[in-house]
Amino acid sequence: MNAVMKTLLRAVMISVWFMALTFPVLSLKVNATKRTVDVLWERAAGMGLAMFALSLLWMWYFRHKERGRGDSGPLASVRAGMGRGWHALLRRLDSLGRRRGVTGLCAGVLLAAAVFLPVAGSMYQTTIFANAFLYVMLALGLNIAVGIAGQLVLGYAAFYAIGAYTYGLLNQYFGLGFWVCLPVGGCLAAVAGLLLGFPVLRLQGDYLAIVTLGFGEIVRLLLNNWMDITGGSQGVANIPRPSLFGITLSSDQSMAYVYYLTLAAMIVTIVVVARIKDSRVGLALRALRDDEIASEAMGIDLRMVKLQAFALGSCWAGFAGVLLAARINFISPPSFTFMESAMILSMVVLGGMGSISGVVVAALVLTLAPEYLRALSAYRMLVFGALMVLMMIFRPQGLIPSRKRIYHPRGVSADGAATSAQGGRA
Amino acid sequence: MSEPVLKVRSLSRNFGGLRALNDVDLDIMPGEIVALIGPNGAGKTTFFNCVTGIYVPTEGEVTACRPGGQPVRLNGMKPFRITGLGLARTFQNIRLFPSMTVLENVMVGRHCRTHAGILGAIARDSSTRREEQESVDRAYALLDDLHLAAYWNEEASNLPYGAQRRLEIARALATDPFLLLLDEPAAGMNPQETLELKDLVLDLRDRFHLAVLLIEHDMGMVMSLSDRVYVMEYGSRIAAGTPEQVSRNPEVIRAYLGETDHA
Repeated sequence: MNAVMKTLLRAVMISVWFMALTFPVLSLKVNATKRTVDVLWERAAGMGLAMFALSLLWMWYFRHKERGRGDSGPLASVRAGMGRGWHALLRRLDSLGRRRGVTGLCAGVLLAAAVFLPVAGSMYQTTIFANAFLYVMLALGLNIAVGIAGQLVLGYAAFYAIGAYTYGLLNQYFGLGFWVCLPVGGCLAAVAGLLLGFPVLRLQGDYLAIVTLGFGEIVRLLLNNWMDITGGSQGVANIPRPSLFGITLSSDQSMAYVYYLTLAAMIVTIVVVARIKDSRVGLALRALRDDEIASEAMGIDLRMVKLQAFALGSCWAGFAGVLLAARINFISPPSFTFMESAMILSMVVLGGMGSISGVVVAALVLTLAPEYLRALSAYRMLVFGALMVLMMIFRPQGLIPSRKRIYHPRGVSADGAATSAQGGRA
Repeated sequence: MSEPVLKVRSLSRNFGGLRALNDVDLDIMPGEIVALIGPNGAGKTTFFNCVTGIYVPTEGEVTACRPGGQPVRLNGMKPFRITGLGLARTFQNIRLFPSMTVLENVMVGRHCRTHAGILGAIARDSSTRREEQESVDRAYALLDDLHLAAYWNEEASNLPYGAQRRLEIARALATDPFLLLLDEPAAGMNPQETLELKDLVLDLRDRFHLAVLLIEHDMGMVMSLSDRVYVMEYGSRIAAGTPEQVSRNPEVIRAYLGETDHA
């Protein structure tokens, strides 16, 4: 009985705490016409009740989880069955995913949908999806540095800004077009990555995070304050859309054109990042993440590999920046704040460090959900924070954990048994 | 007489005011198994770290020479270059790549003998794929040699302790060394495993034409395995010779058993 009371008391305390926490956001409303502040008690009460119920559910869940397999509650068998079903489903999905045909079919369907979107959907849909694809590129680029190589980079938006300003400024001063600026933007961002990489070669973990955070702020402040060249907070305006063999396109058409370019760039990014991950370079990057001293003792040039990670990671942000400038025609420093870096990092963490499919899904969800859930936009950060906490508790490895390529020795079957005597002695 | 594979002359290493290594000389001939013993804190691992480039020696000369090749001075060289020359090591506290599979761990060892770069990774052309398959097969063959083939697709961190130690050796061998440096390979093993390890080291020495330098506390293993033994205490070399010579050396007995008046 005592335990029940304790649980209830805790639930009450949690709900009171949440009511207090969300009171200013949920329950206070400024009435501008009457110049009064209304208190919406019913909202606070609703919040309290909901949190009370949720916290009971939460504690119940963890008690059952702690008891483990031996539990015999009324719902145990149901839950066990559900658990089995869930795991079976995951296994099925995984084995399906490993079959080339199925993966190809899924990719084909998604690709077809993406190709027809500008034709079938509205301008608004096209725009938000182009934006989402851009974030997929950014998240995958950051995934190389953070997810695969384990180098925590917090100022990633700086490289994004470098790409965008490359196009904006080269166009403004020298009249260079999109197709020239795309490779230049990527290269400049990669060079910036290298420049940042050199001084931080010896740093790891927290120290690296602080330095890269500072780098991100330096770039933003530089763009903001170097009035003569960058236009300061006024930004760079009238950036032209990309050209299509000299054909003049209407506004909608050019939007669709940029959409297709972004889609193509995203597909290239997915393919290239996946291939790098499953290669000799990718293996060295993963070794770097696991143990720096051991990887150096095994003959890996740490300096080279780290610089590769930085350059490879940042060049995608450069490409994405050029595409961004081409789509929105106007860029200014507030588009490249730390918030932007943090969002991109959350996509990598939510999706699963080093996982390609997970990061793609997370980037799409995190950019599209706020658009489709406009009704909840005031609580966006609240929901986002809660989502992060829940993810870290229930699924710290991310939405779709990194799936590794299996390197198959010749003459050895997948389950590990050697099928022939010569295991490939070279 | 051939050139020693490793020649160390008056090697010293200071940490601030502490002299962790003091004037140590050591030679290893091709095909020899040499043991480095001494009480804890004698400077054995520091010696290893100086030879493999993790520390830069304060004074002295370290030269390595691939059998039939030219001697190369190792002082101040980066660890990955030393590995590239043909010196490979294991670690006292196992340092595998825990999130990678057993096979991938060994493949990392092939890194310095393969060349595919970023462009190769993206294009995945035939030479890249061939090189990759070769390194997979080579890694698997090594796993087979070290009786680890059954684990090839397991995560390295899930392996039993003894298997992890052998995996470290497999990974070191993947770099095609002529000198293998083993830092306490039998630590934490039971007598049976230690015995197997001894046979394994002898076998690998013959098969891969290696010279071996090992740090070890298990005296049974040291005495039965090594051709020569070096003894260190407080950073200095106090004795060197065959296992019999060393085990009769009064200095060594004193270092190990403390000051006594027995003959």
